[in-house]
Amino acid sequence: MNWKQSFSTSIGKKLQMSLTGLFLITFLLVHCYINAQIFYQDGGTRFKEAAHFMGTNFVIRTVEIGLFAFLILHIVQGLLLWAKNRSRRSVGYAVSAGNKTSPWYSRSMALLGTLVLLFLILHLSKFWGPNRYSMTFGSGELDLYAMMRDEFQTTWVVVVYVLGCIALGWHLLHGFYSAFQTLGLGTHKYKGMIKTIGVAFSIVVPVIFALMPVSFYMHWVS
Amino acid sequence: MEHYKMNLTLKVWRQKSKDFKGHFETFKVSDISSEMSFLEMFDVLNEKLVAEGKEPVAFDHDCREGICGMCSMYINGRAHGPWHETTTCQLHMREYKDGDTIVVEPWRANSFPVIRDLVVDRSAFDRIIAAGGYISVNTGNAQDANALPIDKQKADESFAAATCIGCGACVAACPNTSAMLFVSAKVSHLALLPQGDPERKTRATNMIHQMDTEGFGSCTNIGACEAECPKGISLENIARLNREYIGAVFSGSKD
Repeated sequence: MNWKQSFSTSIGKKLQMSLTGLFLITFLLVHCYINAQIFYQDGGTRFKEAAHFMGTNFVIRTVEIGLFAFLILHIVQGLLLWAKNRSRRSVGYAVSAGNKTSPWYSRSMALLGTLVLLFLILHLSKFWGPNRYSMTFGSGELDLYAMMRDEFQTTWVVVVYVLGCIALGWHLLHGFYSAFQTLGLGTHKYKGMIKTIGVAFSIVVPVIFALMPVSFYMHWVS
Repeated sequence: MEHYKMNLTLKVWRQKSKDFKGHFETFKVSDISSEMSFLEMFDVLNEKLVAEGKEPVAFDHDCREGICGMCSMYINGRAHGPWHETTTCQLHMREYKDGDTIVVEPWRANSFPVIRDLVVDRSAFDRIIAAGGYISVNTGNAQDANALPIDKQKADESFAAATCIGCGACVAACPNTSAMLFVSAKVSHLALLPQGDPERKTRATNMIHQMDTEGFGSCTNIGACEAECPKGISLENIARLNREYIGAVFSGSKD
């Protein structure tokens, strides 16, 4: 087995999930920071500046290609792993341990991930898709701030966004720690720190994201 | 605790061999002492079955002291029953009360085919050990025991990993049927000692390759294995195995 083949073993696939997951976590942090500019209450001036930079900067646009590649790899590999693991026990248990030996969300990563994916499809079709289309074929950049303000007046959209953020939070609660454990950092030296930061990240980031549609809906942001 | 007797209903998995379909069979056992071990309760059941001219329930057991790793029952949804860090043979009937129903299943994993009833074939573990769980030593007289200085903490961690009895509860408890906790314990106790150094760059890769070949699932860091391990093998060993694997793959001399 050479080192390239080693990515296709069970640990190799875990490494793919871990590294792509950490990249997506970094993306979430940047995305959250940029969008949180709406809370300056300046009519979206700072948000628009940041969105313009992210949408037009050459480096960011190049990284964006990597982001989609890693996102697709994370989704495909995750679903393949889920299907393969399920096939390893043809006759299931009549009585299961349930939550006595492990938290439910750690066993439900494929389900939570799928919910996040469904949310993501809606999210991309509402903002990223129309904006990129307009930039490529139409009349240039769209006013994303105005689009947010308008979209988040619809109740069902806000509800779906909040539910998407909840699914993301549970997904991160296991995913954050799991990514570092796969890299071999889940030792007594670092485990406590990783779990603490993981819990904080899984709560703070999705809550900030969820506050965006809620704030527009409730007219907290003008 | 006061001694008491109880009557129980047992739902036990019966299967002729791996090629036959299994089913649950219900038995009633009476006058079970709270002082009995779980396996002694099965002995009582089997004596009754033999006296009635019926086929006794096949189950694995050997030392009955919690150290050999032979017993392997999945009791009411828990590997080795509900007690923490306890093998089935050390689970005692004082856990149960009169009138209880207990569901007993074999370890369920395609890599552990059922031989009969509650007995499964765990030889996949032996093949994983054979693939890399060994060290090179010189022939001739044994070295002086203190010739190699070993850090106390590493010696303790190595010993803790070496307490793995290879019972397979980790695979049975894992929703993915992954054998990572077992393999990580076997890699760890050698990786932490200087004696394990010569094969260091091939051990993890060879054992993981064999683990995959045997058809065990992939670890997703759920942690049910650690919760159910009768020897308290820690998830830190899986982190170490991951490090050993990464180190072996990227710095080893293989292509």
